[in-house]
Amino acid sequence: MSDGRPRTWHTPEGVPITLTLAPLGERVAAFMIDGLIIVAATLLLVWVLVQARSESGLFRALFMLLSFGLRTFYFAAFELFRQGQTPGKRLQGIRVVAGAGGPLTPRAVFARNLTRELETFLPLVLLAAPELLYGPVGEGQGLLSVLWILVFFLLPFFNREGLRVGDLIAGTRVVRVPKAELLPDVSDGPARADRFAFTAEQLRHYGERELKVLEDVLRGGEHVDDNTRRAVAERIHLRVGYPGPLPGDVRGFLTAFYTAQRAHLERGRLLGQITTDKAQARERAR
Amino acid sequence: MSAPAPPLRSVQFRREREAAWLELDDLVTRVEGGGLKALSAAELRSLATLYRAALSGLSVARAISLDQNLVAWLEGLCARAYVVVYGSKQPVAAALWAYLTQWLPRAVRQLAWPVLLSAAFMGGGALLAFFLTLGDMGLYDAFVSPGMAQGRDPQATTAFLREGLFSDGGGLVDRLVAFASFLFTHNARIGLLACALGFGLGLPTAWLMFANGLTLGGFAALYHSRGLSVELWSWLLPHGITELGAVILCGGAGFAIGGAILFPGRQRRLDRLAAVGRDAAGVALGAVCMLALAALLEGIFRQTVQSVPVRYAVASATVVAWALYFGLLGRSR
Repeated sequence: MSDGRPRTWHTPEGVPITLTLAPLGERVAAFMIDGLIIVAATLLLVWVLVQARSESGLFRALFMLLSFGLRTFYFAAFELFRQGQTPGKRLQGIRVVAGAGGPLTPRAVFARNLTRELETFLPLVLLAAPELLYGPVGEGQGLLSVLWILVFFLLPFFNREGLRVGDLIAGTRVVRVPKAELLPDVSDGPARADRFAFTAEQLRHYGERELKVLEDVLRGGEHVDDNTRRAVAERIHLRVGYPGPLPGDVRGFLTAFYTAQRAHLERGRLLGQITTDKAQARERAR
Repeated sequence: MSAPAPPLRSVQFRREREAAWLELDDLVTRVEGGGLKALSAAELRSLATLYRAALSGLSVARAISLDQNLVAWLEGLCARAYVVVYGSKQPVAAALWAYLTQWLPRAVRQLAWPVLLSAAFMGGGALLAFFLTLGDMGLYDAFVSPGMAQGRDPQATTAFLREGLFSDGGGLVDRLVAFASFLFTHNARIGLLACALGFGLGLPTAWLMFANGLTLGGFAALYHSRGLSVELWSWLLPHGITELGAVILCGGAGFAIGGAILFPGRQRRLDRLAAVGRDAAGVALGAVCMLALAALLEGIFRQTVQSVPVRYAVASATVVAWALYFGLLGRSR
């Protein structure tokens, strides 16, 4: 479950947008961070109360109201006023959005946080001190409440999108905030690529999937070194039957091939011919 | 531009639009940091225009460009802009006012049946416990937990019970405030629980309402057996109308959620649940506000006013006020 699944939203403009659902691990981590903040804030309140050394009921009332407010409205307030992000979610790079598209309404935010008590606090009490929960009532009722609480707690592990009860009730989803960086176009670099020319015949071997791999190789993350690049260039050189030995300027050769291949495939797209991978390219060449 | 050969069509496409995309990126980043307030009026207008342009750019790029970094980045940008553009909301004060004067009463009227069901469970529990306890005082302990009773049990003297109804809680204002806030947080937690538990097909909610009714009925029977009924209700009703009303509303909201799962009608079950759940949560939030009012009445008013007729007058006033509020407001349009 390390990787989130994509989910498509339909904008009112009619252009679908795909976002990645936040994986459970990230959501749990975000919740832990928020939980720590709540606990820390409550402890701070207690500390202030102790420092004040006041026997006054006003202080106790204030403490009760503040800690209630903290526990009940912490998530809702942040999600409402900070674009669907609590501090924990912000650190994890995830956010709440409306499942059906459109704005995230205050009611939806409140609804999705209504069940937090049931999902997290009660199971904790159940583990630590079950008698607090049942009180003096019979075993039967205790067993029933355990059952209900388990339903709430385990639900996210038993549906495809990892939704909690709160998400179901509110119709919300938690997604990753996209954080791609706009990189320069590989084919739009300095013009040394012009030294190599490719014929239409040589561009018939690969499809869009191979082009994407080549783009990754050229953009070169940390794991792409000169050897990898050379190996890729040798493969292509052999496959397309480029005349002569592999040129010394491997990067220039690859960039030129990428540009030519992309121009070829994009032209095909305009004519309605989408070549997804090399198998299809081979078929088409026949 | 030193490229002698004409660039790819998709490269040209990107060159022409890149500046606008980056401008949108900048605006969205600022909103993500500091909210919509971070933008001037002119920037807000251009945000919407740039968003639509980027979106149409995205659909073109998907069709013609094979630069996967560009398409992925543009998709992310559009998604972030989409959330910002459609995430905008009314000013808080206006939204709150509309919620209290229009939305809440209307939503409660729409939930009339689940709310009645919730009231029936509580009333049923109360009646059952009342008559059972009248018949056999030994059952009192089964309905009212010792923590709840605080000595107000069949072994207590009538004088003690009467005194409890007219005590002024020591008369210290700050003690009253502490009491009121304890009641509020306790009741609000129960109410929200009852609503959230509706997800269990409404069964736990039904039990919670019924159990609350049992406690109430047990109490009523004890005081009735000592001839203190009039005094008990004068003590209970001034805040109880509001408080029990709020708890019943929470139960109704819970039943609505359970009902949405059981009987989705023509909608898909999850869609129905989401629609009903949001309304139910809105009602539960309103109930929390009611509980705050009830706590004020209970903690401060009840302990300072000892006259039985005045207490009944206040109780009737709250009935009329809530009837008018839930019956009349939000009917226009």
